[in-house]
Amino acid sequence: MHNMPADPTLHHAPPQGFIRKYIFSIDHKVIGKQYYALGLVAVVTGMVLSWIMRVHLGWTNARIPGVGFFTPAGAPGGLMTPELYLQIMTMHATLMVFFVLTVAPFAAYGNFFLPIQVGAEDMPFPHINMMSFWVTLVAFCVLVSSFFVGDGPTLAGWTSYAPLSAVGAAAGPGQGTGQVLWAVSIAIFCVGQLLGSLNFIPTTLDLRAKGMTFSRMPYTVWAWFITSLMGLTAFAVLMPACVLLILDHVAGTSFFVASNLVVNDQLVPHAGGSTLLWQHLFWFFGHPEVYIAIVPGMGIVSHVLSTNLRRPLLSYKVVIGSMLTIAFLSYMVYGHHMFVSGMNPVSSLAFSFPTLIITIPATIIVLIWLGSIYKSRLRINSASLFALGFISMFISGGISGFFLAQPTIDIMLHATYFVVGHFHLVMAVAAIFGIFAGTYFWFPKMFGRMLDERLGKIHFWLTFVGAYCIFMPFHYLGFAANVRRYQAFVDDYTVHLIPVHRFITIAALATGAAQFIFLYNIIHSRFWGKPAPENPWEATSLEWTIPSPPPFDNFGGKHPIVTHDAYQYGVDGPDGKDYVMQDAPEGIAPQAPAES
Amino acid sequence: MAKLLAVTIIIIAIGSAIPIVGHYWEAPANVSTHGHLIDDQMSDTMVETGICFLVSQIILAVFIWKYANRGREHRIGRLPGGALGLVILAFLVVGSEVIALGVLGTHAWAEVYFKPPGPNAMPVQVQAGQFAFYFRYPGPDGVFGPIHPDMISEATENFFGLDTTHDAASKDDIVTAEMDIPINREIHLLMHSKDLGHSFFVPAMRIQQDFVPGLDLSLHFTADKIGRYEIVCTQLCGLGHYNMKAYLSVLSPDDFDKWLKQEAALQ
Repeated sequence: MHNMPADPTLHHAPPQGFIRKYIFSIDHKVIGKQYYALGLVAVVTGMVLSWIMRVHLGWTNARIPGVGFFTPAGAPGGLMTPELYLQIMTMHATLMVFFVLTVAPFAAYGNFFLPIQVGAEDMPFPHINMMSFWVTLVAFCVLVSSFFVGDGPTLAGWTSYAPLSAVGAAAGPGQGTGQVLWAVSIAIFCVGQLLGSLNFIPTTLDLRAKGMTFSRMPYTVWAWFITSLMGLTAFAVLMPACVLLILDHVAGTSFFVASNLVVNDQLVPHAGGSTLLWQHLFWFFGHPEVYIAIVPGMGIVSHVLSTNLRRPLLSYKVVIGSMLTIAFLSYMVYGHHMFVSGMNPVSSLAFSFPTLIITIPATIIVLIWLGSIYKSRLRINSASLFALGFISMFISGGISGFFLAQPTIDIMLHATYFVVGHFHLVMAVAAIFGIFAGTYFWFPKMFGRMLDERLGKIHFWLTFVGAYCIFMPFHYLGFAANVRRYQAFVDDYTVHLIPVHRFITIAALATGAAQFIFLYNIIHSRFWGKPAPENPWEATSLEWTIPSPPPFDNFGGKHPIVTHDAYQYGVDGPDGKDYVMQDAPEGIAPQAPAES
Repeated sequence: MAKLLAVTIIIIAIGSAIPIVGHYWEAPANVSTHGHLIDDQMSDTMVETGICFLVSQIILAVFIWKYANRGREHRIGRLPGGALGLVILAFLVVGSEVIALGVLGTHAWAEVYFKPPGPNAMPVQVQAGQFAFYFRYPGPDGVFGPIHPDMISEATENFFGLDTTHDAASKDDIVTAEMDIPINREIHLLMHSKDLGHSFFVPAMRIQQDFVPGLDLSLHFTADKIGRYEIVCTQLCGLGHYNMKAYLSVLSPDDFDKWLKQEAALQ
């Protein structure tokens, strides 16, 4: 660390008072924590909703106490109605995809650590950053408010396919006010994430410390940077799509509604719209969104794994190149959601090939992780366990993608539980394992307290085994042509699958309950955990050169000078250490790790 | 703990494969002439991806077992071949899978979607709506009467909006709630939705196609086994989505003719 005068254009004074410090804060670290808290509230809500769904799917006639609370129409005698099931399903998915999988790995960790890891004092536009969080919170409140208005939230699923989502209340419960609130919420959410991207990109490009070249940036910085670029284009398409959807509801336009539709025995007064237009716009966002959820996880796992393998990954450039390739290809694959949608069947083949090809960079990253474990000095702790769990889940979920990438096979697997199993493993569970790895790794830095490692390991074991017990059987159900988004299984050929659903339900309840160990751990440790040292994991990147938790201006008025790449592990470092910090004086250690 | 994790990963990997190898839960057996192409493609994919899944999970487990908790006395080693070797491996393995499955698999897709129906294919129209399918046969004149959306009514049971008073072609049209077809005769299914997005999925027939409001779509297939099969909706269409179903009966040609006459008499 070198004493350097702080750049006056970036410096903002220490926050004064509770409100400026913790509520309307412009400090990227506080904003990161706010996003994390929002993610926690959303994930607990989403998980409780999934429990209700699972109990209902396992035991359709079971009375679930309190379930009537979720809509004004209620659930007579605690018995779930078909529409309530779909409404809960829609809210579960929307909360999880937008307010957990986008918010936690990208907005929460990215806000907290991106500026620190590049050696900056804050983001370039702190007020816009603050706005990004508060706008996202408004989006969350608007979404949740739909539980309490009209006839409840929309039942159209998180994909909100038109015209179900566009023709209004005639299409069913929640399709009036609830559907409009959904579209308003998502449009606002897009604004929040666009504002976030507008900060992440210049932070990476312009605010890097001296010596922090692109090739010295931690994997996480690259991951958040790439995610920002994806977010900038993806959310910029979803937002206007949502605005058009709102207009179809409130202004009588017909963007997504074709002529001569008869809903509920009434001729719909719309004409000339295109049903498939919504699907194209939605999936142009929706597929990059999958990578928005998972690329930060890839970065976190690469970062956590390097530290705990005590060696750099086999090739920095190959990992970064693969992430960039995935991001680039993510725009060319979205049509694989639409193979049987009525789109031109030639297009299906055109979308199939990039979808198959995107597995090459993904495979390369997995092989680099695997090959880097070879002859390493792998340390086992909660963070590395979740990183290893991520790899296992990513392999399982990624490989099942090979089925869905083929239009021929999609004829049988489209809209079945196979899809549910696939995307949960690869973008939900894997991404959440990335979030957990990040939490166990960075919590000491964020809060200045260590998490309880013993509880962390128990949490890992229950979650790892539990997640496989939930999501692997989904694939078997899909092979048996069990259609998703059904509130009950009344088809003759699916009746024998109900025991599998019951097994999944029990696994889901148990695995969900195990998450309370994690909640207890973070809440208890936040206040009563062992004080964290500056660098508990013997890591090299800049966040470990400053106190835990960091001061408001990160580097205490100094500007770090970076002299080494981010992963100098397995070297003969100073003081008998096996690593060299990024800001250690030059020439202190060989650049290449010692090898046998 | 590392060794326990390694063993757990191997148990999960092998345990996950057991229900698939043991054929515990499978889709209804194929009854269409093109279905074996899809089934073969599925089996080939299963074998190739199954091997990749097991090998990669086992390598992960073995490496965790061998290299966890090693002290400073062990030098860090480099995988023979390094990153370049892995990149080449990925291109070779995944690339060959892409070619094997992606390119060859287009054959089955083309069979279903690129080949037009034969001249003798029997036309059947299906209309989807919340939450039922209705079918229409053109009758002796071989022509479907025009649809008048403003006349569509569940209340009057004019499901297709036919004007039998003014449209001659509509007079002999046969509207049914079940789809019956003759065995070994190609069916040209003409699909449209009256209201929202729906889908036409017959697992046993190996066909699935969405209905797109505003678009007329079609499918063609031939059933080669007599029996009664379920048609289900796979596109979320509202609260009754789970219960939107119909039956497809494959009959002998004689039985089919008999059934069609009975249905015509009921119109």
